[in-house]
Amino acid sequence: MFGTGLLKGLGITFKHLVDTYKDDIQSTPARYQGSDDRGKGLKVIDQPVDQEGLLTIQYPEERRLLPERFRYIPMLIWDTETDEERCTACGICAKVCPPQCIWITRATDEAGKPVTRPQDFFIDATICMSCNYCVEFCPFDAIKMDHDAELASFERFPHLVYDKGELTVPLDYYAALWPTQYAEEQERRAQEAAEARAKEEAKAARAAVKKEEEEAPAPEAKLSRAEELKQKAMERARQRREAQS
Amino acid sequence: MSDIVAPSTTVAGPLDVAGTLALVQEALPDAKPVSAGPTDYLEVAPDQLIEALQVLRDQGGCDLLSSITCTDYLSYQGRARAKDGPRFEVVYHLYSTAQGGDCVVLHVPVDDGESLPTATPVYPGANLQEREVWDLYGLVFDGHPNLRRILLWEGFEGHPMRKDWHEAYYEEDQKPFRSRHPRADFARSEDKVPWGKNTRYPADWDPDDWQEPVTYVPVSQDPRSRNGAGDHLSTESVVVNLGPHHPSTHGVFRMIVRIEGETVIALEPDMGYLHRNHEKIGERNTWLMNMPFTDRLDYINSMSNNWGYALAVEKLMGLEVPERAEYLRVIMAELSRIVNHLWSIGFILNDLGALQTPALYAIEEREMILDLFESVSGARMMCNYLRFGGVHRDLPAGWAERARYVVHERLPRALDQLDDLLSGNEIVNTRGRGVGYLSAEQLISLSVTGPMIRAAGVPYDIRRCEPYGVYDRFDFDIPTLPHSDVYDRYYIRLLEARESVRIVQQALAGLPEGDILAGKGGYVFRPPEGEAYGRVEGPKGELGFYLVSDGKPNPYRYHIRAPSYINLNALAPMTVGYKVADAIVILGAIDIVLGEVDR
Repeated sequence: MFGTGLLKGLGITFKHLVDTYKDDIQSTPARYQGSDDRGKGLKVIDQPVDQEGLLTIQYPEERRLLPERFRYIPMLIWDTETDEERCTACGICAKVCPPQCIWITRATDEAGKPVTRPQDFFIDATICMSCNYCVEFCPFDAIKMDHDAELASFERFPHLVYDKGELTVPLDYYAALWPTQYAEEQERRAQEAAEARAKEEAKAARAAVKKEEEEAPAPEAKLSRAEELKQKAMERARQRREAQS
Repeated sequence: MSDIVAPSTTVAGPLDVAGTLALVQEALPDAKPVSAGPTDYLEVAPDQLIEALQVLRDQGGCDLLSSITCTDYLSYQGRARAKDGPRFEVVYHLYSTAQGGDCVVLHVPVDDGESLPTATPVYPGANLQEREVWDLYGLVFDGHPNLRRILLWEGFEGHPMRKDWHEAYYEEDQKPFRSRHPRADFARSEDKVPWGKNTRYPADWDPDDWQEPVTYVPVSQDPRSRNGAGDHLSTESVVVNLGPHHPSTHGVFRMIVRIEGETVIALEPDMGYLHRNHEKIGERNTWLMNMPFTDRLDYINSMSNNWGYALAVEKLMGLEVPERAEYLRVIMAELSRIVNHLWSIGFILNDLGALQTPALYAIEEREMILDLFESVSGARMMCNYLRFGGVHRDLPAGWAERARYVVHERLPRALDQLDDLLSGNEIVNTRGRGVGYLSAEQLISLSVTGPMIRAAGVPYDIRRCEPYGVYDRFDFDIPTLPHSDVYDRYYIRLLEARESVRIVQQALAGLPEGDILAGKGGYVFRPPEGEAYGRVEGPKGELGFYLVSDGKPNPYRYHIRAPSYINLNALAPMTVGYKVADAIVILGAIDIVLGEVDR
């Protein structure tokens, strides 16, 4: 019948309106359960999966609660436990980066020898594709994904090419942002550290045993063996000299 | 409405690929069988190509020419190929929509400067893809009706997919670039040439003088065109540009339309505005680096795109995927199909003039699904979730319960609501029924795949005809509709979304525990030499990845058989004869995404 489509459509719109109010009344005082009021009129909203009616969030006064795994631009971790950065400038992140937006200069010590720390670390946020590979393949848990997505700036360069100072965050910041992953990681790191320590201890014990064994029988025998080799070498050298002359 | 749904059709046994190749060999004794990794193909000389295609079509039952592409073997470093062979090889993938099963592959070696015959007389669907090969490789197809550039513009110099062509700001052939690691002396190329051009023009081409020839817009593709015939008011036809900047074209796409009154008498699609030579970038990248790039093809369905690519690489490397990962892949791909179909239904209405409101109701549930994607992969649209041999991460706590609520409560209700609102709607019916008709045979000959042919009654779905992943374990139907018009193309998407809901329900119920990633992991892969074609039933049609490996950490050839692009073959034949307002909705019902069309 002519006009039923129109009425149906308006009916759905009306149902949305009623649902929204119904939902508002049911979930007083806060419309969104579990939302977080951060003061200054800013609310972070965890929208439940059974939300009915209006799904709109009034950005920027209201924001969505981002899931833990949300990824945007990487950040570098400053390990507050050891009070140093975790990055060793190994360059794996620069190698796996699909748009090649990471480059690292390695620090040097007083003698000019390179050390395993970055002098500087750049990420070009204008071409970063937020793919997570740098995080995935970092063997030192030194680079993680930040949740801050509001990076707008008036100039593209150099504002959006981040250097080490802009990228580095303390470990606690990461722990607060990624609680589940952080807990898993700490467990793994503690286990690895324990294993490394056990290995070290076993090695030290072995070395001690070996040393005892070596010390116990005859130090002269070893010395004489070295002496023997030395004499042999000297003999060979003499023969060679003679052959040449 | 459900009375017109055909029951799930099982196809008549898979295509016997070896037998079909033997048929060609019988007819053409010169054809040489070659085995390259997981793929066996026939090498056919250019002058025998048409005969081979005819044998395949008429005797072998291969009615659909799926993909045409080319490989430039100039800098191939593997050991499996002779160094002095012809430089190019044009690759044809064909299959049977009636029998299902794997693809039949033909290679045609062509040297620089040689040409080969066009396949368009045998398979009209070769049209756009041959133009693409000409555009990107500079190979001439003799007899092609309209061999002009398609993705690049007419004033472009060179053919960029050739291995010796270098882009502006070219650094190195392969990533990682040494300027980032270990040298770390990276400087932006734009800074080095602040006023420099990043384009080159051919010597005799001046951008200021040049005018686009409109003469190539055919005067008429419509056999019923009555212009000047005298039996009605004699009018003059005019050329109208729809797009490139127009909300109805779903992106930056242009239809050059010749109309007489309001009737379309000829149509020419014009694309490439979003072209970034994805395939060249893909050959610079390492195998792993391409995964996030596939997200950006059809940016509504990054999960399906990931799967197509992962499938092809797993074929090459011979990787087995753990069961839990297979289930997760099915869940993600089917949720993504629901997102796509809701999106496309909403925007068909947009094209019908019901601006925005119905579209927003249609994509309301999409929000919930994108939230699920975000909490599992970290991104709503650019998921980058699949890896070779599995998926990146396991589900977070509480995910499965939320997903269950979405597929058991929300989605069925939302789909019912859309069905109730739209299927009987008088505007959808009058504007959709009988509009944009093309017969199933025509669609297949034009290489159209996906919901478009299922709305023409062809029950071809790769999930059923050549099952990948664990699709053979789920109980679902392949819905088909008989009329092949805009209305059926709308309604088939609703039905398919319902089937997807069923699949996700089953997959969530049967989700096993276990590993999610097989293989060694790591970031350097060296698949053994050879070529593979991995294809999935993407929401828009057959999404295929054709890969050639020379045993190095970068793909030697990386080609995408993009369903949106190839489905555009049918745009002109479908639109001609209808009104100009119908052109918009016919395009909308093809469901294109320009990220994938232009690549």
